[in-house]
Amino acid sequence: MQFLIDNFDLFWDAFLTTLSLSLLACLVALVLGTLLAAMRVSPIAPLRGLATFYVETFRNTPLTVVFFFMIFGLPQIDFVIGFFTGAVLSVGLYTAAFVCEALRSGINSVSPGQAEAARALGLTFGQSLREVVLPQAFRTVVPPLGNVLIAMVKNTSIAAGFSVSELSSLLPRLVNASAGDLTAILVGVVVGYMIITLPSALAVHRIERRVAILR
Amino acid sequence: MRITRYAAAIAATGVVLAGCSSDAGETTEDAAGGGAEVADDVSFDEGTTMAELAESGTITVGTKFDQPGFGLAGPDGVPEGFDVEMAELIAAELGIATDDIEWVETVSANRESFIQNEDVDMVVATYTINDSRKELIDFAGPYYEAGQDIMVAAGNPLGIEGPDDLAGLNVCSVEGSTPAEEIRTNYPEATLTLFDVYSKCADALRNGQVDAVTTDNVILTGLVAGAPDEFELVGNPFTEEPYGIGITKGDDEFRSFINDTLEASFEDGSWAEAWDRTAGAITGTDAPEPPSVDRY
Amino acid sequence: MTTPVLFDVQGPRARARARVGSAIGAVLVLAIIVFVLLRLGGNGQLEPERWAILFDPASGVPQALGRALVRTLQVAAVAMVLATLLGLLLAVGRLSDHRWVRVPVSAVIEFFRAIPLLVVIFALYFVLPKYGVRLSTFTALTGGLVLYNMAVLAEIFRAGILSIDKGQREAGFGLGLRKSQVMTLILLPQATRRMLPVLVAQLVVLLKDTSLGFIISYLELLRQARGLVEYFNSLFGDRYTFQLYVAAGLIYILINVLLSMLARYTERRTNRAGRKAVTAEPADQMGAGAGAP
Repeated sequence: MQFLIDNFDLFWDAFLTTLSLSLLACLVALVLGTLLAAMRVSPIAPLRGLATFYVETFRNTPLTVVFFFMIFGLPQIDFVIGFFTGAVLSVGLYTAAFVCEALRSGINSVSPGQAEAARALGLTFGQSLREVVLPQAFRTVVPPLGNVLIAMVKNTSIAAGFSVSELSSLLPRLVNASAGDLTAILVGVVVGYMIITLPSALAVHRIERRVAILR
Repeated sequence: MRITRYAAAIAATGVVLAGCSSDAGETTEDAAGGGAEVADDVSFDEGTTMAELAESGTITVGTKFDQPGFGLAGPDGVPEGFDVEMAELIAAELGIATDDIEWVETVSANRESFIQNEDVDMVVATYTINDSRKELIDFAGPYYEAGQDIMVAAGNPLGIEGPDDLAGLNVCSVEGSTPAEEIRTNYPEATLTLFDVYSKCADALRNGQVDAVTTDNVILTGLVAGAPDEFELVGNPFTEEPYGIGITKGDDEFRSFINDTLEASFEDGSWAEAWDRTAGAITGTDAPEPPSVDRY
Repeated sequence: MTTPVLFDVQGPRARARARVGSAIGAVLVLAIIVFVLLRLGGNGQLEPERWAILFDPASGVPQALGRALVRTLQVAAVAMVLATLLGLLLAVGRLSDHRWVRVPVSAVIEFFRAIPLLVVIFALYFVLPKYGVRLSTFTALTGGLVLYNMAVLAEIFRAGILSIDKGQREAGFGLGLRKSQVMTLILLPQATRRMLPVLVAQLVVLLKDTSLGFIISYLELLRQARGLVEYFNSLFGDRYTFQLYVAAGLIYILINVLLSMLARYTERRTNRAGRKAVTAEPADQMGAGAGAP
């Protein structure tokens, strides 16, 4: 316990890094994921193909490999980006594939009658998606989308291997400096993640209950 | 085991011939030939660690698998390097052949616990002797004196001469390592970039993502040797890092035995030969003066 | 036939517009690919000799990657089976009528869902020995994967069980079945079939997560690729770095795509048997696996 108090600043900084990394990556993932989901249900075949290719590639590659290409692969085509930016993009682009799949499953779960009715009213593809299908889809996707985003928070731990001093990077750092306090270090790191993930899980449950619609 | 290693060395040379030519490839072949002469007639006092090991005919050694020149595993998974040769010397003195050594990869974070839990009989893994570690385990040696140094892009465009010049620059090391802590504590004006392995630091330096890489000089020379046109060593060590052999705390007989073996190898030249075959081969330097063993 | 009927069959003008749009899109994608290839080529990354090392047995690289792949699959296979079984048990436990079962099971699930897998593996390998429990790298990695994924799978199974029509359960009780019989004979088989796509998606995640074994130096595929990078770095600088990581990435994609294909095949087989999974989506045009609850 004393150990955690002594090193509070370290844990606090790392916690803030994990938090900001998570929030920024979340933004990237939601925006790109929604776009991809729209592409996957669009009438234009090449767009569908492109989105499918994106999703299948990122869903089947370990995040560590994505990180590697972002940090060390991009310089091979003469782009160099900062480490934190690289981490935000890696986690964001990776998670976008999962967000897309969650949204698409939601879109598919909206009864076809809804889309048919929208078209019967003369709405275009974009309108029926925006005004009719997506709002309903978002309700059914609250639990899977919530799970994807919570998993994303935990996935930010990979950034420790790529020069982002977030919570998990404290493990090797403090373990080497003070091998005796292993348990205290672990507790500090675990609590740091729980402060983010547990309230998020609770919020997901709340929203789920509030927006639930009977079918 | 020797045969597979030799095959690996040939393969490495073959790759060189197919591609660019590099001095490093050819030296690997020499490196594969070494090894100590196994003592065939050994006897130790009943109950000692030496007697137990000699009796069982095997020894488990923890070493690094990713440290060029000291302990580096090739495609066949068998480590090679100066640390490995040191362990082979000690095993030979116990009557254990190289083939009967079981190698376990240790990373910085698990070296003490491996020894304390007796998962390994000894750890030879660029392991710096220091007082906080001595509270948990005991050290034989040192068998080598390294020092923290700095690696920069070839031509040293920023004119870095020592750690004081790192202020305001982006310097790379490995998270959880002693060199990283040294920079954090004594040179806080430098910006640290921390990966989990040094090869990533080398890539980052190559891409211009960092300005310098810092760790023990022997590790850096290994990186320079791989890309001599791209990197150079500043050559101004600013710490002392005596490498020791970690063993169970309180096993004084085993510690004395290892110290005796090390001193004998300093005397009869086998220590220098081991250096020439491994770390010396990639750095291209002659064996340094052996350090003096610290029998605390 | 795309599932949600979001757009009409296109008329001639829309088709023409779509064709123009497609052409522009294709040109753009092609341009990006050409740009990347040119830049890579300009940096010498496309030299055939640099890629030959991946296939030349004399370099030892294919053998090393092959052995590492086997180690990856060993961990993944054991962890998949155990995590699925424990996940089923936990899901049933969380739906139990008894508070003393429900509450601790929920706590276990929520705990392991809240912390990163990396931290779980680290704890099993580095912290447990402090309390006298020593695990091999294999056991620690497998254990971490099982603990984490059983919690995730439990939630998936629970959602599946809850999604089964109430009438099924009531009919089961009506036939005089006991609670355990209703669960094992009626609810679980249907829930498992319905959840198959999500289940497989999670197993793909598990397989990828074996790459976290690097933190305890278990020599799986990615760790081996990195080991080879370190080895060749010391001989030739970064000559083969890019190639080795590309190889590792492609192997993961290949294995996971095969796994997804197997899943789709099984799904079709079970559907053909006439017991159509109610919410399972009709096969998508592009044939992508789904993650639909």
